Amino acid sequence: MDGIFNKEFVQGCSALGAGIAMIAGLGPGIGQGIAAGQGAAAVGRNPGARGTVMGTMILGQAIAETTGLYSLIVAILLIFVNPWA
Amino acid sequence: MLSALAMRAPVGQKLPEAVSRSNDIGSKIGINGFGSFELFGYRFWITSTHIALLILVIAISVLAILANRVIRKSDPYGKPGICMVIIETIVTFIDNTTMSNMGDEHGGKFRNYIGTLLLFIFISNISGVFGLRPPTADYGVTFGLAMITFVLIHYNGFKYQKIKHVTGLFDPIPLTPINIIGEISTPISMSLRLFGNVLCGTVIMGLLYNLLPQFLLILWPGAFHVYFDLFSGAIQAYVFTMLTMVFISKAYNGD
Repeated sequence: MDGIFNKEFVQGCSALGAGIAMIAGLGPGIGQGIAAGQGAAAVGRNPGARGTVMGTMILGQAIAETTGLYSLIVAILLIFVNPWA
Repeated sequence: MLSALAMRAPVGQKLPEAVSRSNDIGSKIGINGFGSFELFGYRFWITSTHIALLILVIAISVLAILANRVIRKSDPYGKPGICMVIIETIVTFIDNTTMSNMGDEHGGKFRNYIGTLLLFIFISNISGVFGLRPPTADYGVTFGLAMITFVLIHYNGFKYQKIKHVTGLFDPIPLTPINIIGEISTPISMSLRLFGNVLCGTVIMGLLYNLLPQFLLILWPGAFHVYFDLFSGAIQAYVFTMLTMVFISKAYNGD
């Protein structure tokens, strides 16, 4: 048991875990793409409302980005401030 | 190696064995300690965040004094100079954003705070271009900013809605825990959003500069600086102030 649960093993698994955590980047990518597409469609229908649409779109995209950033923070915690390694 | 979050291993201290065996890139992208002092039995560290904040506060103060001189010397009936035009553009932008998001009645009271917040976060975020470690890549700074917003939200909520601000939490009785969690998560999500974005840029720039050989790093890292420091920094400063305005106006309008 001592040979398996050593620090190298834990560090390697933490690096794998950090990589797996970043799969969460898929979600915000899809969400931001949908928001940008809808924003472009809205500007195409009503070019006069470009400023308002742009502000709303950027705000929504920034909020959609939060979940991706949570996974980034988890990955950075696993690599740099790992409590088990 | 130095951590990205609150747990800091300062420069002079002997590092843990497992940490020192891994690469030392962490010390280049993390927060560095420059010295420490004892106070009330606790150990306080002077970190790169404090030094960067000091430099930025001095820079912003000098800019503000210069702007004040330009405004005083300008002729209200003559043709404005280029500095005066830039100052007027910034002030008009802040005024318009505040007024359109918070309403004409209350917007005027908040434009000083919103303007300060916008300028401070923007200049902090773009300070990576000037070789500083951005202060907003330290969770302590962004959490402090978000806590100011949190206090403002509830101060204005109690001031304008009185007791309704509390009873609103129990509006549908079964959803009470979710409402309370939603109120508490507001500053956490705001601060983590700003922190994560700026830290992401800092980490990627640090990896770029420290992992690649020196002769490859000619000109093209500038494009990464433009995206991660200037563009992302401006967007995040705008988003943070915009969310602050939305939450505060939601508090005194009562949803």
